[in-house]
Amino acid sequence: MKNLRTLDFDGLIVGGGGAGLRAGLQLAESGYKTAVLSKVFPTRSHTVSAQGGITCAIASEDPDDDWRWHMYDTVKGSDYIGDQDAIEYMCSVGPQVVYELEHMGLPFSRTETGRIYQRPFGGQSKDFGRGGQASRTCAAEDRTGHALLHTLFQANLKADTTFLNEWFAVDLVRNQDGVIVGVIAIEVETGELVFVRSKVTLLATGGAGRIYDSTTNALTNTGDGVAMALRTGVPVQDIEMWQFHPTGIHGMGILVTEGSRGEGGYLINCDGERFMERYAPTAKDLASRDVVSRSMVIEIDEGRGCGPNKDHVYLKLDHLGTEVLNSRLGGIMELCKTYALVDPAVEPIPVVPTCHYMMGGIATQVSGQALSQDEQSDDVPVPGLYAVGEVACVSVHGANRLGGNSLLDLVVFGRAAGLHIQDVLGQGISQRDASASDLEAALARVARWEESQKGENPAELKAELQALMGSSFSVFRTEQKMQDAISKLEDLRSRIEAAHLTDKSEVFNTARVEALELDNLLEVAEATAIAAEGRRESRGAHARVDFEERDDENWLFHSLYFAEDRSLRKRAVNFAPSTVEPFEPVKREY
Amino acid sequence: MQVSIYRFIPDSDSEPRMQDYEYDLPDDRDLMVLEVLENLKAQDPSIGYRRSCREGVCGSDGMNINGQNGLACKTPVSEAVSRDRLVLRPLPGLPVIRDLIVDMSQFYRQYERVEPFLTNDNPRPAQERLQSQEDREKLDGLYECILCACCTTSCPSFWWNPDKFLGPAALLQSYRFLADSRDTATEERLSKLDDPFSVFRCRGVMNCVNACPKDLNPTRAINEIRTLLIKNGT
Amino acid sequence: MVVNATSFSRSGLTDFLLQRVTAVVLGLYALCIIGFLVANPDVDQIRWVRYMTSPVMLVFGTLTILSFAVHAWIGMWTVGTDYLSEHKMGKYASLVRLLYQGFVVLVVFTYLLIGLGVLWRLPAIFL
Repeated sequence: MKNLRTLDFDGLIVGGGGAGLRAGLQLAESGYKTAVLSKVFPTRSHTVSAQGGITCAIASEDPDDDWRWHMYDTVKGSDYIGDQDAIEYMCSVGPQVVYELEHMGLPFSRTETGRIYQRPFGGQSKDFGRGGQASRTCAAEDRTGHALLHTLFQANLKADTTFLNEWFAVDLVRNQDGVIVGVIAIEVETGELVFVRSKVTLLATGGAGRIYDSTTNALTNTGDGVAMALRTGVPVQDIEMWQFHPTGIHGMGILVTEGSRGEGGYLINCDGERFMERYAPTAKDLASRDVVSRSMVIEIDEGRGCGPNKDHVYLKLDHLGTEVLNSRLGGIMELCKTYALVDPAVEPIPVVPTCHYMMGGIATQVSGQALSQDEQSDDVPVPGLYAVGEVACVSVHGANRLGGNSLLDLVVFGRAAGLHIQDVLGQGISQRDASASDLEAALARVARWEESQKGENPAELKAELQALMGSSFSVFRTEQKMQDAISKLEDLRSRIEAAHLTDKSEVFNTARVEALELDNLLEVAEATAIAAEGRRESRGAHARVDFEERDDENWLFHSLYFAEDRSLRKRAVNFAPSTVEPFEPVKREY
Repeated sequence: MQVSIYRFIPDSDSEPRMQDYEYDLPDDRDLMVLEVLENLKAQDPSIGYRRSCREGVCGSDGMNINGQNGLACKTPVSEAVSRDRLVLRPLPGLPVIRDLIVDMSQFYRQYERVEPFLTNDNPRPAQERLQSQEDREKLDGLYECILCACCTTSCPSFWWNPDKFLGPAALLQSYRFLADSRDTATEERLSKLDDPFSVFRCRGVMNCVNACPKDLNPTRAINEIRTLLIKNGT
Repeated sequence: MVVNATSFSRSGLTDFLLQRVTAVVLGLYALCIIGFLVANPDVDQIRWVRYMTSPVMLVFGTLTILSFAVHAWIGMWTVGTDYLSEHKMGKYASLVRLLYQGFVVLVVFTYLLIGLGVLWRLPAIFL
């Protein structure tokens, strides 16, 4: 313990994806001693996989476009549990943030007049749902996430941000006063444990799609930030809300962008029927993702699936022509040919709804400040802790995220948090310290794995956990299955706590990292299970067979899950935007 | 199938060795090399390699597969395997940290040396800077690089002068900014490339083109830089 | 910017261009020789010497010998900096490379002197 190396920073950002890099850039440019700690080299972060684009009312395709229309779509998409102050902020500040990205060099596709190209995406409308389909998603071909992540990394190189690359954050350090004072991290290359101390800690660790067996998420999306927060007593919000993307390549989980339907592709069942016309007569294949995914599952369940096992449907793109496919969807062409052995210019792509995005996360203010709740159910900030991006729930996505809103979320709130932290540091806060026992608590998990002598193989336990979540918490959910799963998760917890790390070497020990990630997956899975079982209604991505209707009377709330006592509480949704009238809940149709 | 993996764990090994594993391939479908590695690692967790997106866009799992650099997640076993043997080694030309994991600092340093960020001295407009579709098209085949290092570590010139020759990946990125109509630092960029090593050590071997898992063409970009240097210098 | 004091011009571009220009000179000179031999299948010593000592060919020959020296030096220097580097050989690389470069200079300079000497004494000997 006394040998624990300590590093000091003004601002520590955990996670080097889009949100972390945008926040890091803001802080580094302000001159504060900033570090971005990332378990992978930043350009390997999962933001790189985002394809379709970043939705924002920059009025390029439609000169009359209005951020308020974007706000309306987002509130409706969230099934009315998105916080309207946050959505208002995101949609109104969005254009400025997108222009900043362009000035940094992001290679957006262009229109004939040289402006940023925008494509139609699901759930988009003009004139508050009255003016038909909008084209609001700014795109760099179908590699927007890649272009955005590399651009932000390059901007950070220019700003001379300090990077702690291939460092794995184990746990937050919280002192006796409840202040977050930094993290315990492993420098993976050497295996050394380091106390990274900071006046402010920002979590930007991304999602946790790997709790499911079928997911579009990278292998590294293991919910490290969510789990760290839960273990230090910070609650998570709306964690039952998991988005299943309609078009994951069947059997592979690899994403085919919604932009493919935006460009004119559509879904067909085994009869060749364009079935979305039945489920969403107006928006059809560009209905909200939760709606499309449910429709696909119903088609498959009712025997109209495709293939020998009738377990998927087809995405038809061949009618778009080779030129459109190559110029607008080149990345998809490559992915399909490599992983589905299908040439989209010739034949349809087999797709199934696949876990894609975690709408829930650490509740935060618009500034990124992390929130908890006191006994009176009032919001209280968690001192020293911020969260942005997928790990956070600010909440702009509510019960269902619209396509193209995740990249916007990352950069808008990454920037907002950077600006806010800059202000806070400017007021001259001092570094709070941690006692030996505070550090001990954060080191306990590593010590547990190090001391393990026998027990089950973590890789097998992980597969079991993922299969359980996939079968019990996917597109449709039932009480019985969820309760069974909760008790199985309890059993899995005791087995994981007794599992065995066989490789105890120091240098670049990926087995140790994966064991620690397994702990994190378990925390997120358990939170998901209890929150999903607790929300007795159907809303957005959370569709229950036993409670088919939305219940605004009892559940027009955020859920808030506390790990210490495994309790689920409610938190009010914000209906108080400052410059527009709030959008009141109405029945959601596409 | 036999899978032969380069193993070196500095904690316990004094020198590298090849370790062989037996692997039963499924009959009904082809696997990617990464899937084989993941399955082997479930049995032997000590095998070290990097991986993340498993769909060929993050660039983590570049390695030498049966003598050819490539991404494990994008290389089908059926294409790589020869005589029922799959041989996995770390990327050549960089120091090995452990097993299939190489120290990429030199590679990243060369990337940083080309100042891979847009420089524009003009005042920022209120909206985006305009760029014609033709000018934007010039960035195609350049900006898609994923920094996997498959090209640079297959380049003999980089093996010989890793500290002086920028290598194909960094040069591709250098040209990505030279070719960008929005960048105003062309002169400065070129003046930093006009030495006997940075660009001119490219001999047109074209291993880079062969190795690139994204089908990009660094050699062409290097030739474009040379042309710009000649135009600029004469 | 990487500079190396012993390169020919210290500019990669100049070296690159010189390498190519000198190659063209060497090639053209070879063509002239071969062309002359092809055009004059029954050549004898007198005609050969007359051709070689014409003012144009004397200047061209001189240029060719100088080109050879520049071309060889740039090429051999490049080969030396590829194979004899600190990266490959450790701390003695500089010394080894210096010895190698000294040797190359000696050889190139010798060829240069002999070449020019032979070329310019031709008229005196034969005419």
